[in-house]
Amino acid sequence: MPRLVSHPDEVKIISRRFGLGATDIGKYIELDGYKAVQAAISKGPEWIISEMKASGLRGRGGAGFPTGMKWSFVPKQSEKAKYVLVNGDESEPGTCKDHLIFLYDPHAVIEGTMIAGIAIGAKMGFIYLRGEYRYLLKIMEKAVADAYAKGFLGKNIFGSGVDFDIVTQTGAGAYEVGEESALMESLEGKRGVPRIKPPFPAVVGLYGGPTVINNVETIASVPHILLMSGEAYAKVGSERNGGTRLFGISGHVERPGVYELPMGYNLKKAIYDVAGGVRGGKKLKAVVPGGSSTPVLTADEIDVGLDFDQMGKAGTMLGSGGIVVLDETVCMVEFALRTIKFYQHESCGWCIPCREGTDWLKKSITRLHEGGAVDKDIDNIRYLAENMLGRTFCPLGDAAAMPTIGFVQKFRKEFEDHLNGRGCPYKHSLEREEALV
Amino acid sequence: MATEKTTIFSPELAARFDKLVTLYPVRRSALVPMLLYAQDEVGYISTAVIAEVAERIGIRENDVQSVLSYYSMLRTKPAGKYNVQVCTNISCMVCDGYKILEHCKKRLGIGHKEVTSDGLFSLEEVECIGACCWAPAIQINYDFYDELTPEKMDQILDDYKAGRGKETV
Repeated sequence: MPRLVSHPDEVKIISRRFGLGATDIGKYIELDGYKAVQAAISKGPEWIISEMKASGLRGRGGAGFPTGMKWSFVPKQSEKAKYVLVNGDESEPGTCKDHLIFLYDPHAVIEGTMIAGIAIGAKMGFIYLRGEYRYLLKIMEKAVADAYAKGFLGKNIFGSGVDFDIVTQTGAGAYEVGEESALMESLEGKRGVPRIKPPFPAVVGLYGGPTVINNVETIASVPHILLMSGEAYAKVGSERNGGTRLFGISGHVERPGVYELPMGYNLKKAIYDVAGGVRGGKKLKAVVPGGSSTPVLTADEIDVGLDFDQMGKAGTMLGSGGIVVLDETVCMVEFALRTIKFYQHESCGWCIPCREGTDWLKKSITRLHEGGAVDKDIDNIRYLAENMLGRTFCPLGDAAAMPTIGFVQKFRKEFEDHLNGRGCPYKHSLEREEALV
Repeated sequence: MATEKTTIFSPELAARFDKLVTLYPVRRSALVPMLLYAQDEVGYISTAVIAEVAERIGIRENDVQSVLSYYSMLRTKPAGKYNVQVCTNISCMVCDGYKILEHCKKRLGIGHKEVTSDGLFSLEEVECIGACCWAPAIQINYDFYDELTPEKMDQILDDYKAGRGKETV
């Protein structure tokens, strides 16, 4: 069972019901649950969207697109039915925040989905969890059934004359399905390969209808924003980055866990103060700041604010909020290899630069790690990765290339130390057996 | 539709499938969940499963095959009764995930995607399972175990062997 952690610097908005028994609908209602959706019904779509815009909430899946703006792109009139799709395919290595939202506050996901539906004029919402989250699906299924039993879902919700239905389901194991267009394909019962954009889902999405797709954390933030006002939410965060975020700090820290910190919180403080610093008094070597696809930061680059803009300026990305901390014992080539193996395994094969690129990168870095590489291989790895950027339908190709470029750029010395038959010079405890099939 | 005919599934699962295909704007949307539930009951996606699922949805068996081959959790041959899935992705890797994997290999005497001779356990090295802050983590079937050590791992395997393991379905 995931352990809950706490720190005085946390601002608990989205996590404020964690551990309080809010999976029970009665308890959720007692803790201000289903108030925001009633306000949304009485005040209407324009009010919801203006509050969302004022909140400065940006997509918590990783791309950081302003949520209010995304919702406003959905056409008001549409011949085809509109949908809300909640992305709970959480698969970016280093990320386990949505896991906790499903576990501790499932009704917030339902309520947020309903509000999104009211805002865009959808009558149906889908909550898609990754296949591994079966026990969390059961929690969601129960929450949805309880909401139907109370009359909160179904026909004429809260006497509004509006109908709203929610269907929950899981996938069956595929990182790529976390990409929004592949997610729609999967929900339509197909292989999870991406669609070309445009058209964007807000115009042509699920079953050809206008669709809003939001990450679980984004959706679960929505009721809180309406309750506290968009303006108040925005003030909690930093400039152009409203509110708080669930940061999952994992790896070599004393107190790993998911912490809710204001946007813009300093990364160094998050590691040293909040998560208790590097485990066992070892030295910090590197930090992967926002899930495995975000370019690595070295130990002296971490004095930076955790928001989309400041992380961008620092040459990396805020990503999914999954901060992976690496101490001095980690071989960065081996770490780069494990990262690229993942992307090679998960590339859906639709676009050639990604399918072939991830495979070649895996082969090249494997050879380098084992000591079979020569000087120019290091530049070749970088050249190959750079030529994958921007050449695929979806961002998986970039997600594989960007961290690879980062590892070569910032830890070139470690790559060079592996050259000329030397192999891995680091005495490491990680036994490498056969590659993933 | 398929309820009046013979089905390879239990009456409960058949009834569940009857409902599942009606939940979505198109029947085919039920495909991925149906395959997973069928696998839970049958143990793997057999040709008979493919045939019945295709018929229930109203698509070709080929289409089912194509979808089936895409998702890593779907398998076309049986796993052990308890499928031990060890995460070795980055957060688990740096928190001794590979030690856990090696330990399981030795303890069970099998490798990646192999099954013990009594059919009780199978082992798989898997990608990130979303338990990074509680690394190293594994799943046995659908149940999570985290903050593992080789000793804790032994205890868990002993429990399953003795029929005391959790079984979320």
